Amino acid sequence: MKHTLSVLVENKPGVLTRVASLFARRGFNIDSLAVGITEDPTLSRMTIVVAADETALEQVTKQLHKLINVIKIQDLDPKDMIDRELVLYKVNAAPERRHEIIEIANVFRAKIVDVGKNSLTIEATGTSDKLAAMEDLLRAYGIKELARTGKIALARGSRDA
Amino acid sequence: MRVTAAQAIVKSLQAEGVEVVFGYPGGVVLPLFDALYEAEGIRVILTRHEQGAAHAADAYARVTGKPGVVIVTSGPGAANTVTGIANAYMDSVPIVVITGQVATHVLGTDAFQETDITGITIPITKHNYLLDDAEDAAQVMAEAFHIATTGRPGPVLIDVPVDVSRGELTFKYPEKVSLPGYKPTVKGHAKQIKEAANLIAKARKPLLYVGGGVLSSDGARELKELAELMQLPVVTTLMGKGAFPEDHHLFVGMPGMHGGKFTNYAITETDLLFGIGVRFDDRVTGKLATFASKAKIVHVDVDPAEIGKNRSVDIPIVGDARTVIAAVTAELRKMGAEPRTEAWMRVIDDWRARYPFHYHQSATSIMPEYAVERVRELTKDRPTVYCTEVGQNQMWACQYLKIREPRTWASSGGLGTMGFGLPAAIGAQLGRPDHLVIDIAGDGSIQMNSQELATAAINNLPVKVVILNNGYLGMVRQWQELFYGKRYSSSTLPQDCPDFVKLAEAYGAFGVRATTPAELDAALTAAFEHPGPAIVDVRVEREENVFPMVAPGGSIDEMLGGIPGGPVSEMLDAEEFVEEVWE
Repeated sequence: MKHTLSVLVENKPGVLTRVASLFARRGFNIDSLAVGITEDPTLSRMTIVVAADETALEQVTKQLHKLINVIKIQDLDPKDMIDRELVLYKVNAAPERRHEIIEIANVFRAKIVDVGKNSLTIEATGTSDKLAAMEDLLRAYGIKELARTGKIALARGSRDA
Repeated sequence: MRVTAAQAIVKSLQAEGVEVVFGYPGGVVLPLFDALYEAEGIRVILTRHEQGAAHAADAYARVTGKPGVVIVTSGPGAANTVTGIANAYMDSVPIVVITGQVATHVLGTDAFQETDITGITIPITKHNYLLDDAEDAAQVMAEAFHIATTGRPGPVLIDVPVDVSRGELTFKYPEKVSLPGYKPTVKGHAKQIKEAANLIAKARKPLLYVGGGVLSSDGARELKELAELMQLPVVTTLMGKGAFPEDHHLFVGMPGMHGGKFTNYAITETDLLFGIGVRFDDRVTGKLATFASKAKIVHVDVDPAEIGKNRSVDIPIVGDARTVIAAVTAELRKMGAEPRTEAWMRVIDDWRARYPFHYHQSATSIMPEYAVERVRELTKDRPTVYCTEVGQNQMWACQYLKIREPRTWASSGGLGTMGFGLPAAIGAQLGRPDHLVIDIAGDGSIQMNSQELATAAINNLPVKVVILNNGYLGMVRQWQELFYGKRYSSSTLPQDCPDFVKLAEAYGAFGVRATTPAELDAALTAAFEHPGPAIVDVRVEREENVFPMVAPGGSIDEMLGGIPGGPVSEMLDAEEFVEEVWE
């Protein structure tokens, strides 16, 4: 079962290493990890997607809590969170097929951000499902390169007091 | 007043009441050692190896309850402390390790004697720091001591680049430390405590399973009060030794791989296993599926991550062991609960009488168990701290010594570090100058840090090393005998290389040898009465095994060796009266 952990940490050097090495050391696999500074410059938010059963998740959460630099951990409820990922696809695109690809991008509300002689680069954001569906279609043209940010997420507003 | 960061670090040590620092100087840590020179109230013990410094600080902390402090240089100096830090981490011992580091402008360039010690020690410290600004020196020191000594204690490392240690600041030691991501829970949850007390009041076969957490919270007195109030039998783990007097009628030994049969039977049969400051370590539990499988489990620990880690728990209580024990006792008093363990104690006493630790005495050769028994008897009227190395010597010490007081036992538990004992004895002697300090050693382990004999001799620390010299890495040999077809691969050591008596003499210590049972008492007494450090080279029966023994991965009530008996189901069937008392 996949869990999305939203982890508030102190924005200090080495914190990412501490978190990542804890996952590795305790035998947990990170599916994705995204880090960035928050509204408070002394804090960063890590969004970590991890596949784990309940017992393992409880253990990894408790172990994370033991890190002095970790301030708060939320296991986000998939039904009650907003999650997004950003992907850049560089797709094979001979001039005669460009319009097909542009149409696919439009359907997924993605943007063409670069055009080469034989390629298009598409910027897309969305949930993992949407991006997977889009990637499926683009694969037919040949994806030359791909970069993704990993998921970021927040609990929906209704959860806040 | 402006001071350098090095001076601020020393002033911080003084503010923390540190009396002893264990260390070893080197290039980039010289500003710190310079600040230590003539620092009031701080004795610097120069060990002969940085690992020795770390173990000495570790044992100093174990016997005094105060944090141990280590100061070493960068690169190899820092790296040499790694085993000591890992040891303290596994056994939850508060030590603060300060390492020199190359200057900030060359950090990351593979400079001379540079090593990424903060990176290396992430998994084996509770927390660590790279001090990158002299202004933070006092704050970081205060945080380090706070983190090391509160909650579940553990090692904290501070890496200090040489230029930072020369940088200046206005020294003011923080009175209070507040860390947003660190708030250990001390008081247990009131409802859980009530439920736990209820379970104790109702249980017919309760058992207290006690570990190092009771010692680190200084909860021995509270434990005794609880045990005596409800007449609860107590088992203590290797780390918990001394938390409950081993000569008390409610004491039921050490559980696990080389624990007592009677102890393991009690765990297998109990209907309420009340764990306090323990972590259900694999050496204790054996096969988890059959460990205390008839019992409800209460688990008290200050570290929430330990609760439910290895074994599911019925009543989890996060909190400081002493505080929680006191609260449970108060609850039981309030309930007017009465002890109801008389029948249970009769069963346990019967097991204890029938399955004591046992060995075959010899008239000609010294049995290692006998040697430990003699150490016990010859020290029973003296305040004594017992340290051990790791292996057979350690297990016999566990089985045959009687630890009566908290903080008079220092043994490497979780990490199982050979070479711990001698530096530990040195640290213990500094912490307890009025105690006799004995290291029960093996001929293998002692050679891993025997250079520290110099530290003991030069500082006039009268530690006594009793080497159970069997010419083997005894525990390795035992496993090879039992599980590897007696193929003694790389486990044989010549009994007379080195000549331990001469080794002692080379350092100006006292050395004596015993080769027959008749010589043993005189040798031990001579060493114990000698005013300085001493080695007793006890030539013991070479192929004696530590029994009983749970085979790796086996159920703890099915033990090899010792007096035949078990598993516990059969033991109970054979006992008609047992059924009677349960009904």
